[in-house]
Amino acid sequence: MIDIITNMLSMCIPFSVALLLASIGEMFNQRAGVFNLGCEGVMAMGAFVGMLIPFMAGGGGAVSEWYNFLGFAAAALLGALFGLFFGVVTVTFRAPQGIAGIGLQMFGVGTAGTLFRHFVGGTQSIPGIPDIDIPLLSDIPFFGDVLFSHNAVAYLAYIFIPVAWYILFKTPWGLKVRAVGTNPRAADSMGINVSRTRYEALMLGGALAGLAGAYLSIAQAKMFSDTLISGRGFIAVALVYFGHWHPAQIMGGALLFTLAQTFQTIVQSMGISFPYELAVMLPYILVIVVLSFTSRNQTTAPVSLGKPFNREIRT
Amino acid sequence: MENKIRSLRMEHISKRFPGVLASDDISISVGEGEVLALVGENGAGKTTLMNILMGLYQPDEGRILINDEEVRFRGPEDAFRAGLGMVHQTYMLVPSMTVTENIALGYKKAWKHMHLDLAAVRSRVVEISERYGLAVNPDAYIWQLSVGEQQKVELVKTLCLGAKFLILDEPTSALTPQEVDELIVLLHKMTEELSIIFISHKLQEVKALSNKVTILRHGKVVFSGNTDDYSSQEIAAKMTGHEIVLPKNQGNPSNDEVALSIRDLVVMSDRKTTALDHLSLDIHSGEIVGLAGVSGNGQRELAEAINGLRKVESGSISFYGKEIAGCTPREVINEGMGYIPEERNTEGIVPAFSIKENFILKDVSSAPFSKGGFLDGKKIDSTAESLVERFDVRCPGISTAAGSLSGGNIQKVILAREIERRPKFLVAVYPTRGLDMGAVEFIHQELLAIREKGIGILLISEELDEIMDLSDRIAVIYKGSIQRVLDKAEATRERLGILMAGVKEE
Amino acid sequence: MTKGFRIAFKSVIILLSVLAALLMASVILWMIGADVSATFYTICIEPLTRMLHISEVLIRAIPLCIIALGISVAYRSGIINIGAEGQMAMGLLAFTGVALAFPDVPRPLLLPLALIASMIGGGVWGFIPGILKAKLNVSELLSTVMLNYIAAQFYSLCLRTIYLDPAEQVYGTGTPQSMRLTENVWLGRITGRLHYGIIIALVLAVLIFILMWKTSVGFKMRASGSGARAARYGGISVGFYVAASMVISGAFAGLAGGVELAGVHRRAIEGITNNYGFSGVVVALFGGLHPFGIIPASFFFGLMIYGSTLAPSKVGVPANIVQVMQGIIIIVIVTAQMVLSNTYFQDRVWRKFQALRKKGA
Repeated sequence: MIDIITNMLSMCIPFSVALLLASIGEMFNQRAGVFNLGCEGVMAMGAFVGMLIPFMAGGGGAVSEWYNFLGFAAAALLGALFGLFFGVVTVTFRAPQGIAGIGLQMFGVGTAGTLFRHFVGGTQSIPGIPDIDIPLLSDIPFFGDVLFSHNAVAYLAYIFIPVAWYILFKTPWGLKVRAVGTNPRAADSMGINVSRTRYEALMLGGALAGLAGAYLSIAQAKMFSDTLISGRGFIAVALVYFGHWHPAQIMGGALLFTLAQTFQTIVQSMGISFPYELAVMLPYILVIVVLSFTSRNQTTAPVSLGKPFNREIRT
Repeated sequence: MENKIRSLRMEHISKRFPGVLASDDISISVGEGEVLALVGENGAGKTTLMNILMGLYQPDEGRILINDEEVRFRGPEDAFRAGLGMVHQTYMLVPSMTVTENIALGYKKAWKHMHLDLAAVRSRVVEISERYGLAVNPDAYIWQLSVGEQQKVELVKTLCLGAKFLILDEPTSALTPQEVDELIVLLHKMTEELSIIFISHKLQEVKALSNKVTILRHGKVVFSGNTDDYSSQEIAAKMTGHEIVLPKNQGNPSNDEVALSIRDLVVMSDRKTTALDHLSLDIHSGEIVGLAGVSGNGQRELAEAINGLRKVESGSISFYGKEIAGCTPREVINEGMGYIPEERNTEGIVPAFSIKENFILKDVSSAPFSKGGFLDGKKIDSTAESLVERFDVRCPGISTAAGSLSGGNIQKVILAREIERRPKFLVAVYPTRGLDMGAVEFIHQELLAIREKGIGILLISEELDEIMDLSDRIAVIYKGSIQRVLDKAEATRERLGILMAGVKEE
Repeated sequence: MTKGFRIAFKSVIILLSVLAALLMASVILWMIGADVSATFYTICIEPLTRMLHISEVLIRAIPLCIIALGISVAYRSGIINIGAEGQMAMGLLAFTGVALAFPDVPRPLLLPLALIASMIGGGVWGFIPGILKAKLNVSELLSTVMLNYIAAQFYSLCLRTIYLDPAEQVYGTGTPQSMRLTENVWLGRITGRLHYGIIIALVLAVLIFILMWKTSVGFKMRASGSGARAARYGGISVGFYVAASMVISGAFAGLAGGVELAGVHRRAIEGITNNYGFSGVVVALFGGLHPFGIIPASFFFGLMIYGSTLAPSKVGVPANIVQVMQGIIIIVIVTAQMVLSNTYFQDRVWRKFQALRKKGA
């Protein structure tokens, strides 16, 4: 039993990374007042490009770590480009964000699928990236497995949480982001370029979503398929609400949802005759439950979320 | 570096928005230590002109000169650098951030590359607030502050950013008469160091504070001169272009029957704080009761609670003997309640709907507009045509989207709908806010006319003049309960102001 | 501003939008080395060249039309239903359940019963996000997507267990599918595989037009959608109409599933929903959220969906390209709408245009 628990918890950290990165990215978007439902599509593109580079380099066999790094870098860049594109649509042209996000999601998922079929074809695996046992710490019983023997990107993702907090609350840019998401007119009157700040936040958010996708394909699944993302982008958006737009709470949410996802693996490994489909449903049901009970009355909420801004157009 | 602004001129400024010429060849000038009052009706183009001065809008034509040198402001930061600072009418503060953070937004000296030096901002805030005697708590969140405190934050903000020239847009609109007096004293003191442009349509303040006055009408300068050379009446006449004497309530209240009786009403605000605290008030039929008070003391919540739009925690609202606390909005409407809500664009009308659709908003499933669930298009059209004519709604046609109309015409649409329904009572919230004098006159006449028909009215307003003109009795609200109810005869500005500030009499 | 200028402005924006959409799709096609014009020909023109193809296009237009009608009702009521995929799956399950449970009931009774069951199945699945939005302000965009995943899993589960064709167990092939449904729930066919569902779709379009523009219920739904606050102040129970619109929307998606089963597949298998739920959103928007726009729009997208199935063999382009195009179309439509309704932008262009004319004169 203890083995199973150790096993389950040790999966938690590496499996939570994609959700975590995507949610933190979405948090920056929403703090700046833009609701990017296209996260799912950006993740799909990131996952595809991230896997394509090491695959092309090694034909599925072993490759230098540099190609994996290149995969991540390309995914982040592409994600930032998608963010930029979404900025053109929602910030410059002021299109309604919810439905435009659905469009971006279809475009991203569709494009990833199309390119994948052309460049890769069928199910092809790549070697992925190795786990790193942190000396001494990883030898601690239980905690060593749960906390200290994961891949490098997982560690970096967790280190990024306090960094994200610092960016948001302790830097001039974070101040700008929070202001344009709450009262863009006030920010504008203080000489802050609202559109530019929103663009920047969208590009950062997109880059993080791209990285999240690449993590799924390079580090976690070590392959790409049409169903690789399967709603994680949408869950990431929901996590931002759940986490009250705060990095630490978002991390808690990501771990909770990952636990729900690993439940299915545990059920299988324990050999209980529990319908597989019901286990897969669990995280999706959890999202609905969590959204229903997340308090709506928050002082942290970026109240201009979803509202386009133009200095000369008063609504 | 302390190069003073000895003179500021705007010359031949024009700015066009779709459908309106908001500034039409406007020129103004202000010298050192001067106070210019920019006066005009709502919609005359005062705010637009000041937004151009601050670099928020780009003028289509014209130029700005400071100390006789032409300047170009591409954005507000250029204007800050030149020493200008503006306190906007709707405060430009981020509610979820602290006073210090709000000021840091513009205080670029504290913007280190990877770090925001909030300590430096905070000490600057403390320094400025002590120097000018503007008490603000640098660590308070904006949402915790009252309207008067937020205005102080705005003043501190502009001064922190180094303003040597202050622009104030309707600075007194949300203050009690006493707070207004304090502000005038403070601004007088400031003129030793600064020049000021201040926008207003209240003539007492113009007389009290300014040396020069410029009057705008429909985007044009119609008059410029020294304040002391003209009386308030002369300025008022120039402002509206023609003599408008707003109607006054001169009749005696019939005072026969209690229409609306509120007892010990407790209601929560959106932030889950107590908005109405055991409020009690009686209003008779055929009587106008004005509710005076600084906005944010529970006016909105009271109107919403009466109309079934806000949950009543405890207490009762009796409407001609029937208990309506806890009823749905539909049930309250069916009892014969009329309502002119605060936000006319989002609460009064559906902007994307046509005028005729907005007329039937409350009656869409009842006769004569609906038969067996189907709409009667002909009846709807003919009713709309007659209402548009009777209420003089200026519009291209009854199928025009209501949201594209001017504020005054939107308010006429709402008023027409509410009056046409023949209500037994009317709750009117800020019915003339932001309207020009012609529309104000029309609405005041209509309100007095339905009062004559025996309809009781609860008039909620922040304009003391409006309340004193129209009301039979005046109730003063403070922190969610009624301070006192005064008869028309006993109400003076001073007395109301003291009550509005929360001072108990006797 | 002259009327001529307004028309010209509109036309130019629409033309630019179409060009932008074509350009974006071409870039993707170019990346996979496809022949761009041949691909567009295969997807948009070729299916029109043969009668057989046209009937296949219409078969796909039927569920699209029914789903898009429902989505337009919800959209106009202020709620974006992207859960039609899941609602359709629930409709399929309910339809199949009735057909499997009462194989001997005569057709005039059983077919309507099964279709109503499919509406109830979808309606319930639409009610959940509707009521969550109305009562707890849960974002329908997220809840409907989640319900799609849940419904998809539930559908697979049922096909693998209670609905599984006994013959599959006997032969041990294990394809998750139901047995062939009784003929008593079949919809008749007009020509080829084209079935009478097309009549159902057209009748529903007229009904939705009447509902939304000729009745007080429709008025209240549209009011809730265009100005929820004003509608509430006007005594309209916005929550009720939002939830009701989602029930209608879900019921339509469920019905689309039922019609698809009764007319085309006649047994429950994987893949019947075929992304129709998402395509329905595009069709609804492309049709201007109006029934009489949705009818031609559903034909156009039926064409694209069918055309894309020809693309892999004819021009070597994966069928996923249709999803790419739909994504592009959504983005371009909502963007173009904002530009067209932006009077400030229009005014600025008008003045530039006038200035140019003056210079020229």
